[in-house]
Amino acid sequence: MLYDRLISPFIEFEFMRRALVGTFALALGAGPIGVFLMLRRMSLVGDAMAHAILPGAAIGFLLSGLSLFAMTAGGLVAGFVIALAAGLIARTTELKEDASLAAFFLISLAIGVIIVSVKGTNIDLLHFLFGTVLALDDQTLVLIAANASITLVALALIYRPLVLECVDPGYLRSVSRAGGPAHIAFLALVVINLVGGFHALGTLLAVGIMMLPAVIARFWARDITAMIAIATASGIVSGWAGLLLSYHAGLPSGPAIILVAGLLYAVSLLFGRVGGLVRRAFPGRHLEA
Amino acid sequence: MPVGRGPLGHVVTGLEMTAALRFRDLTLGYDRHPAVHHLDGAVERGALVAVCGPNGAGKSTLFKGVVGLLAPLSGAIELNACRVHDIAYLPQIAEIDRSFPINVYDMVAMGLWRRAGLFGGIGRGQRAQIHDAIAAVGLRGFEQRPISTLSGGQMQRVLFARLLLQDASVILLDEPFNAIDVKTTADLLDIVRRWHGEQRTVMAALHDLDLIRANFPEALLLAREPVARGRTADVLTPENLLKARRMCEAFDRDAAECVQAA
Repeated sequence: MLYDRLISPFIEFEFMRRALVGTFALALGAGPIGVFLMLRRMSLVGDAMAHAILPGAAIGFLLSGLSLFAMTAGGLVAGFVIALAAGLIARTTELKEDASLAAFFLISLAIGVIIVSVKGTNIDLLHFLFGTVLALDDQTLVLIAANASITLVALALIYRPLVLECVDPGYLRSVSRAGGPAHIAFLALVVINLVGGFHALGTLLAVGIMMLPAVIARFWARDITAMIAIATASGIVSGWAGLLLSYHAGLPSGPAIILVAGLLYAVSLLFGRVGGLVRRAFPGRHLEA
Repeated sequence: MPVGRGPLGHVVTGLEMTAALRFRDLTLGYDRHPAVHHLDGAVERGALVAVCGPNGAGKSTLFKGVVGLLAPLSGAIELNACRVHDIAYLPQIAEIDRSFPINVYDMVAMGLWRRAGLFGGIGRGQRAQIHDAIAAVGLRGFEQRPISTLSGGQMQRVLFARLLLQDASVILLDEPFNAIDVKTTADLLDIVRRWHGEQRTVMAALHDLDLIRANFPEALLLAREPVARGRTADVLTPENLLKARRMCEAFDRDAAECVQAA
């Protein structure tokens, strides 16, 4: 019975297996990236950049239809351009980086939707906005898995300066010049993970598998290593449970995955060991020392 | 003869072996307004110097200039045979994100950066060094505590432990004892004395004149212009202190170009 509900959909249908592998790979890369975005107070930057890749992918679509390569390349270029432009404007004008990103991503979203609508149908537009996690072909799976591998290796390489830049940027500047390059590499990782997530979950939800696991982890761990592990694990659980939910209840699968992550977030918010609401309301009697 | 030129106009020389730092007609400031004006002189190797003066006198600005965070408006800072990254610097307001999930041990271990770098491992000997540094600042048993749970004084002890591991020949402390209690100040002063005994050059910006008189053999009194420098007893005289207090704090918006610089 339990087997039928939890395992057999994946054994019976290949598209479910592909979707499962795809979401696992996404969660592996996006988990740690989301944790760093959160700790750097850049949670909304991820959101903004996810929308910003839409016009790039849409131009790829305009030129060569639903081609994985064209859409990926377009998305990557657009993501990098927006990330650099927002940083540049923040440095040269009075506008703060978050404000300029907010301006950019709204414009990008509008441009992207218009471009897709010019050539495609409403179905295409839905694919762009919410992804097609149940229709991942071999190429797309390889792309997502490659993204996850690159992300984990690159993060291992820049881990030390990245952590130190979050804790004590002044000290990092005084001992090393690695801070700037590490930050740029990190932004690049954000972009490639969003582009990977875009194929599965669409431009509106790709950032969900990145940020929701990260904020869930914040409620359970005080240590960055544990946070990354919990974030990755909750991304994986959300992917698996979300696919099952969409299978059994006939819901759209991308939103179902994010919805499960949202439920985990609500549970963590209530019962989390670190600053959860119940814990705050009933902290227990104080200790002796 | 300069043998090399660092970033931001630092001149690295190899000749005058006794001076760790030398200021040559140094003017540092913001938006062309000087905050340290025409400073000359040297800091001998192994010297223990208190930098004092009223708020806005240019103490922090001087330190920022030395570590290369601020380029001189004119003049130069010469570092004798050491690179900017070999200077350990404790800023007045460290931009530390106290909510970041990192524990005391890892925070202190970052002091080994110069030896471990981006990828280097931290071996058994270095782990012992980290534990020694934590013990030296009186934080034994705090290794696994997240930094978000530390008090202000404990955090300052952590930063001193990190400075210990940096093993730098020049150490700059910008108001290290602000809002720190007597016991912690005494403990941290022990560490400063230890550095002095090890022939390291230490400069500290301080306000507590009694503390300076008791612990610092040399002093530099700044009031944007250098007021006095030398032995502490000769510098901290009532006349010099009065002179320093009279300096005006506000920038003169319409200040003319400095004649002395021309």
